[in-house]
Amino acid sequence: MSETMSIVETLQFYLSYPFVRYALIVGTLIALCSSLLGVTLVLKRFSYIGDGLSHVAFGALAIATVLDISNTSIVVMPVTVAAAILILRTGQNPRVHGDAAIAMLSVGSLAVGYLVMNLFSTSANISGDVCSTLFGSTSILTLTKAEVWLCVIMSVIVAAVFILLYNRIFAVTFDENFARAAGIRANAYNMLIAVITAVIIVLAMNLVGSLLISALVIFPALSAMRVIQNFKGVVIYSAVISVLCALAGIVLSILFSTPVGSTIVAADIAAFAVNCVVGRLIKR
Amino acid sequence: MESKRHGTDRGKRKALEKAWNGCRQGYKSGNGGMRMPYIKCENLILGYEGTPVAENISFMVDKGDYLCIVGENGAGKSTLMKTLLGLTPLMGGSITYGDGLKAHEIGYLPQQTFVQKDFPASVWEIVLSGTLPKCGRRPFFHKEQKQLAEENMKRMDIWDLKKECYRNLSGGQQQRVLLARALCASSRLLVLDEPVTGLDPKVTAEFYQLIEDLNKEGLTIIMVSHDIRAAVKYASHILHVEKEKSFIGTTKEYVKSDFWKELGGDLA
Repeated sequence: MSETMSIVETLQFYLSYPFVRYALIVGTLIALCSSLLGVTLVLKRFSYIGDGLSHVAFGALAIATVLDISNTSIVVMPVTVAAAILILRTGQNPRVHGDAAIAMLSVGSLAVGYLVMNLFSTSANISGDVCSTLFGSTSILTLTKAEVWLCVIMSVIVAAVFILLYNRIFAVTFDENFARAAGIRANAYNMLIAVITAVIIVLAMNLVGSLLISALVIFPALSAMRVIQNFKGVVIYSAVISVLCALAGIVLSILFSTPVGSTIVAADIAAFAVNCVVGRLIKR
Repeated sequence: MESKRHGTDRGKRKALEKAWNGCRQGYKSGNGGMRMPYIKCENLILGYEGTPVAENISFMVDKGDYLCIVGENGAGKSTLMKTLLGLTPLMGGSITYGDGLKAHEIGYLPQQTFVQKDFPASVWEIVLSGTLPKCGRRPFFHKEQKQLAEENMKRMDIWDLKKECYRNLSGGQQQRVLLARALCASSRLLVLDEPVTGLDPKVTAEFYQLIEDLNKEGLTIIMVSHDIRAAVKYASHILHVEKEKSFIGTTKEYVKSDFWKELGGDLA
């Protein structure tokens, strides 16, 4: 194909299809939202929440698929949100080891999800189904108009909530005890952050699959932190990196027919490497 | 010197101190006709997860006081401080805020957390976050808040560091940043949790001087401290938390007490 058409022509050809445009819109929005939250999650040492929740979402999706529920989000979204609240609660309880509880929950849902799919699935290609759920191979290119709208609305809500509560989120992230002493309900904000994370993870499953979501959350934040020395700058820069990497990843995956999710994550890794070097150079 | 700092008449001060020294029954009625103290704690039971660590703690904090909370590790001094701040639920007893002090109008200087060690935040962002309680329900900072932050940064001599990243500052500078933030949250009462931990002797001395100056300017100070010598040197009142009987009184009384002698304070 590349012999007969230039890259630009190929791109134009693909962009004429609505499903490609949908993929680009949804990819950009999810990348934006996940990076906004990523900074807070990484700084609060909550990275594991994203990882744990993505596995829970996988388990929930497996069960929803087996039960033959057409709109899987109806099952996956509430289950993941509930898991987010549960993880946060156990994390705050000093008697339960937070990390062990999350490891249990996440590995448990992964195993049960795969088991259920194998035992009850009517599909002829189980390993293909599992693979696409874990690595999000094609579902981003099969989005319906309704799914795109759902994603747009959710993203706008997430971004608006983040901007309106930005100063409070900063205070709670930097120093939870000070914020609480000053009368900010830190627990409510932690809960909000966990719930929004759950929502983003369910949305992002279509894009990169459940195994790679954490990368979308943590890489842009870590990249930005290497270079930028203030919170607002880190948030903005990580959003820029994340969106650019998502766009680049989607376009590259179309051009070279690579899996979408892992191409985006590879772009994020490359951006991280570049920012590490830049960070070193700035510090001298 | 002590009576000067408090600016209250001797008799009243004596009466209060009498009440403080563990005499709870007399103390209940002893407040008639007097101005409310900033904080009045009655029969506090401190603990976490349902296990009490210290009981029968009654004391008052008045405007202009410099109270040091001392005691062994695990005796409950941190818990007491967190209870005062509303971070830990009260297991028993009561805390009353008075004299115009609202429950969350406390400038808190917490211990550094591991999260902050590599946190990408500018000095300006951190100090400004101290004014959040004054924003009410508004989502963003207004001119008054920014002015307040600027004033307190100049007061702490960190205005030049405005754009610096917190994680690149020295320990002493970091404490000044957090102090400026605490001053933004409250111009009346500061609560400090082991503020000199990890500071070198010179910076420690400067820090104590800074707190003493703030106290002289009229701020009320409550400090949890390991540094018992500095506590005796600077504080006007000492609260020595112990499991059953805690000491509360002026520093002069404290150095005469058995608590001080047990610590080998005479040798100091």
